[in-house]
Amino acid sequence: MPLLLAYSLRNLYVRKLTNLLTATGMALVVFVYAAVLMLDSGLKQTLVATGEDTNVIFVRRSAEVEIQSLIDRRQARIIESQPEVVIGAEGAPLVSKESAVLISRPRRGGKQASNVLVRGVGPAALAVRPQVRLAEGRMFRPGSNEIVIGRALAGRFEDVEIGSSLRFAHREWKIVGRFDAGGSGFDSEIWGDSEQLMQSFRRDFFSSVTVRLADRSSFDTLKARLEADPRLTIEAKRERIFYEEQSRLLSGFIQMLGITLSVMFSLGAVIGATITMYAAVASRMMEVGVLRALGFRRSRILVAFLVEALLLALVGWVVGLSFASLMMQVKISTLNWTSLSELAFRFVLTPEIVLRSLVFALVMGFLGGFLPAVRAARMKIVDALRVA
Amino acid sequence: MTVLRVSDAPTGEDVLIALSDVSKSYRRGGQIVPVLSKLTFDIRRKEFLALMGPSGSGKSTLLNLIAGIDSPDHGSIEVGGEDITLLPEADLADWRAANVGFIFQFYNLMPVLTALENVELPLTLTSLGRRDRRDRAQLALSLVGLSDRVKHLPSELSGGQQQRVAIARAIVTDPTMLVADEPTGDLDRQSAEEVLEIMQRLNRDLGKTIVMVTHDRRAAARARRIMHLEKGDLSYLVEQRLE
Ligand SMILES: Nc1ncnc2c1ncn2[C@@H]1O[C@H](COP(=O)(O)OP(=O)(O)O)[C@@H](O)[C@H]1O
Ligand SMILES: [Mg+2]
Repeated sequence: MPLLLAYSLRNLYVRKLTNLLTATGMALVVFVYAAVLMLDSGLKQTLVATGEDTNVIFVRRSAEVEIQSLIDRRQARIIESQPEVVIGAEGAPLVSKESAVLISRPRRGGKQASNVLVRGVGPAALAVRPQVRLAEGRMFRPGSNEIVIGRALAGRFEDVEIGSSLRFAHREWKIVGRFDAGGSGFDSEIWGDSEQLMQSFRRDFFSSVTVRLADRSSFDTLKARLEADPRLTIEAKRERIFYEEQSRLLSGFIQMLGITLSVMFSLGAVIGATITMYAAVASRMMEVGVLRALGFRRSRILVAFLVEALLLALVGWVVGLSFASLMMQVKISTLNWTSLSELAFRFVLTPEIVLRSLVFALVMGFLGGFLPAVRAARMKIVDALRVA
Repeated sequence: MTVLRVSDAPTGEDVLIALSDVSKSYRRGGQIVPVLSKLTFDIRRKEFLALMGPSGSGKSTLLNLIAGIDSPDHGSIEVGGEDITLLPEADLADWRAANVGFIFQFYNLMPVLTALENVELPLTLTSLGRRDRRDRAQLALSLVGLSDRVKHLPSELSGGQQQRVAIARAIVTDPTMLVADEPTGDLDRQSAEEVLEIMQRLNRDLGKTIVMVTHDRRAAARARRIMHLEKGDLSYLVEQRLE
């Protein structure tokens, strides 16, 4: 190890209590910063995973979410008969004509109610969305009052479990199975037969039609043709893009909150680091004087103290990120403001977050160390040496 | 013992340090305090010069100017023919690294570094590899009789031992001159004698030019020449040659 680095490290160790406190302050900020980014990336990952690139979703033009969208039966038939749609094993096109309705259910434990999205799906729904698998129980029988629930709902809402019944839209619905949608947004939904659900909700139109493409690159031609068709007032989007866009509002809020909190907290951490480093410089004036007398240039002194501040920040980063990574165990469920339905997701740590939080910590260390390091570097040798 | 004016100082090829017309004042609370005024004198190569004088007469100030860690208001300081007052700061730092070894009253070792590391420190400014640096530092420590204390921290050494480590640090780069500001000022008689013994040997055997500020007559007696910095209206030098 270079001698000057050892010198910095050992000096950090000498004032370990002060430095530990300072690093803890930085760790706290790193924790908040990383946790917020992890929340945001979890949200995005959940919604991105909801859609598939080979799927195209059709909604009414200018409808941002399915519950605002209306597609009548004639339009749905035109969409499903397009040549780009892949034909399934049973000879039918892989299409799911779906209705999306929000119902309000009390959350378990609390008195507050929240919205759950009930999705009526067609017989080909599972073939269109291979990421959705039945995890427990069985699939609902077409034409029946049976429903299946997403993995993330179980245990989160009153009576939402296999074997029990839910009452909505003037009917009793029996829960017969639970599906796993691979951490996507579907995990927070209830699925049933679309015809049955539409009947009981007294509507005769779908919300969306999702088709699976034989060739994902045929999207542009399909989109161009159908959007130009005067019989249709629809918009085509790749399914992945459609759901990803649903993360924007909440994601924007999380990011803003995160940045505001991080900046406010980091101000405190930087001031703390500045005070600590000023104290370190003040207690080592003589040493600075000696180093300069021995021929170390001002720039070397500057770098030495900056390195010390950066090492401090590095400790803060390691501690803060370690605690943040524990957050990966935490699941969170909140209202998605775009779809207005409850969405469950996790804190997700990505390599990008590791890197960004490192840069963030080092910037804090740099800012905190800068003024003290400049003071150390600018000291006149004779003045520094006069300090006994 | 003869007392004579500074103008009689030696001239010629063996001059290492030549001060001419050097003035220095400090500013204190808006007031200008003159310390040195128009000093002109030479120090020969391989000389061991003791600088004496009452407290506050400007001995340390003068030493700092010669060592290139402070700059005069007027005048020139030539060392080996080069006027160091004209050097830009970064070059002056390099010049110090190559030419000056420092010995301080309070040793001024880095508390977190071992004896060996303290001695090695100035060598990190050279192009020497790690192994060579270690070997040289080891050699320097053996010259001051501390081969068995290399792993000790300064706090684990006596004052005299710390000052010997400091001397090793001063000589490890093999500089032309050593400057020492009250090197025995903080030591007991026995340790002071050991330190002076080493300095005398460095001058006699290795030909180091030494400028030493001291209060102590006994210490000054080790030198080959003594200069007194007296404080009248302005400080002036009086030379005393030792036979
Ligand atoms: N950095 C400084 N700022 C202001 N005054 C100083 C400074 N250094 C020295 N002095 C003043 O200059 C005078 C000479 O100081 P110094 O050279 O340390 O004397 P000596 O070493 O002979 O005791 C003293 O009056 C001292 O107070
Ligand atoms: Mg002095």
